[in-house]
Amino acid sequence: MVFKLHKRETRRGTLTQKQMNSQFNQTEHQAKRRPLRFRKWKDKLVRLFSIFSITLAVGGMAWILFTVISNGLSVIDFKFLTQPSKPYGIPDNGIANALIGTLLITLGAAALSVPPAIAGGIYLSEFGKYSKVGHFIRFSANVMMGIPSVIVGLFVYIILVIPTGSFSGFAGSVALAIIMFPLVMRTTEDMLAMVPYTLRESALALGMTRARTTLCIVARAAKNGLLTGILLGLARVSGETAPLLFTALFSDSWPTEFFSQPTANMPVLITEYATNSPFEEMHAAGWGAALIITLVVLLINIFTRIMFRTRHAK
Amino acid sequence: MPNKVIVKNLNFFYGKSQALFENNIEIKEKKITAVIGPSGCGKSTHLRTYNRIFELYRNQSATGEILIDGENILDPGVDVLELRRKVGMIFQKPTPFPMSVYENVAYPIRLHFKLSKSEIAQRVEESLIGASLWDEVKDKLHHSGLALSGGQQQRLCIARAIATRPEIVLMDEPTSAIDPIATLKIEELLIHLKKQFTILIVTHNMQQAARVSDYTCFFYKGQIMEYNVTNDIFTNPQNKKTEEYITGRFG
Repeated sequence: MVFKLHKRETRRGTLTQKQMNSQFNQTEHQAKRRPLRFRKWKDKLVRLFSIFSITLAVGGMAWILFTVISNGLSVIDFKFLTQPSKPYGIPDNGIANALIGTLLITLGAAALSVPPAIAGGIYLSEFGKYSKVGHFIRFSANVMMGIPSVIVGLFVYIILVIPTGSFSGFAGSVALAIIMFPLVMRTTEDMLAMVPYTLRESALALGMTRARTTLCIVARAAKNGLLTGILLGLARVSGETAPLLFTALFSDSWPTEFFSQPTANMPVLITEYATNSPFEEMHAAGWGAALIITLVVLLINIFTRIMFRTRHAK
Repeated sequence: MPNKVIVKNLNFFYGKSQALFENNIEIKEKKITAVIGPSGCGKSTHLRTYNRIFELYRNQSATGEILIDGENILDPGVDVLELRRKVGMIFQKPTPFPMSVYENVAYPIRLHFKLSKSEIAQRVEESLIGASLWDEVKDKLHHSGLALSGGQQQRLCIARAIATRPEIVLMDEPTSAIDPIATLKIEELLIHLKKQFTILIVTHNMQQAARVSDYTCFFYKGQIMEYNVTNDIFTNPQNKKTEEYITGRFG
């Protein structure tokens, strides 16, 4: 029986007449078989290698966590969390001022960077996707993400600390905002790009304007993704040290003069205590602070993962 | 029966490549017109010119005339927002907005009309009844629209589209992502909807075209090969390509 094949079937990759004939020639077929053994070995090898790599990554993280916990846990108590830091020798040393300082500096950074970053992400995804300006902005953001944070710190030192004549928590916020901005902008773009095009089309087809479609429908559909981007950006900058050394610096007082005085913060506290102090007690306090900031960053990360997953499970 | 839409010499381009060639067709008011043809023949492209939704993509363009009630809607002076209120559209995949069932339908109503809360509620109910979804969702109006089944989501989209009181409803393969029973429901709904609306439906399913439509139009390589009363197209096609397609020789 001769099959007359229709055009569409051949186009879709089903068998042509020639292929069908060759398939029925079983003896020739068997003779040309490749041994399966090698292919299976290769498969195993690749699997082993990936398991090994994963172990390295997870093991590294576990090791860091273990070191931080074992060194830091013993110094953490109520006083440690509620008292401000004090020069060596004065009892009841704590990290409360640095905790609040870091909170203020990172929230300040978020306030400065999130609105323009979201707006920029919306532009990149919705309006300037294929435009030259869009490509240029995307490229610039990628370059900006690659700039070492110490250079950002120096930059803010030059443009803000020197002219105002003083280190300040606000200068720290500006430095962190510069680091956060491209991160949040690119995640925003990626999250909006994940929203299916048909959703935009159906909103427009109802007579919505582009702006309304973007803000009320697309951004809403990507809401959790946008939040995830912001939180991951926060987690990333809350541990940045180098830029704060040139901007917020450190202080043993409560962060009351956020805009005009050096402001206590966790990363600089850890650096100072761990590297610039000869005293055991300070080293221990540094580990305690390190543990706290690690836990905070870890919690933010876990929280965002869970949030993102629940959205995708829907 | 009067013509609702008259298309004259419609050409369509994706960048430089032409997808529609000199389309001429007259769509009858309050009838269902099915658009059939093999994949990539321009059915959807043709449909997407009626509400100018293609303008979302910067490299797509159309020339010619599409007269809806005598007005050429391809004219740059035409208000697309009002055009799209008048010409609703249903897509292949159901696209409920990320909000409650009620809000999904109320949103476009508020967009185009200044109504009191109770009037809106009434219109939402009307639209959901119109899309034969009311009985299934009346107890969960404030649940997420995304929690409905695929078929229900598609009827929600129909309710949303008819909530703005359009005159024409474009359907781009509305049942291809939906199971057979839900498809049947939507087909029944279509027969009901044509009392009020002029409907154009793109479909891959020739049985569907035969079941629901009054007129059928056969597209091939961006051209309208044949357009006639559905019955005639399927029993007595004039064009050789049409005959080959409907007898399953290609496509």
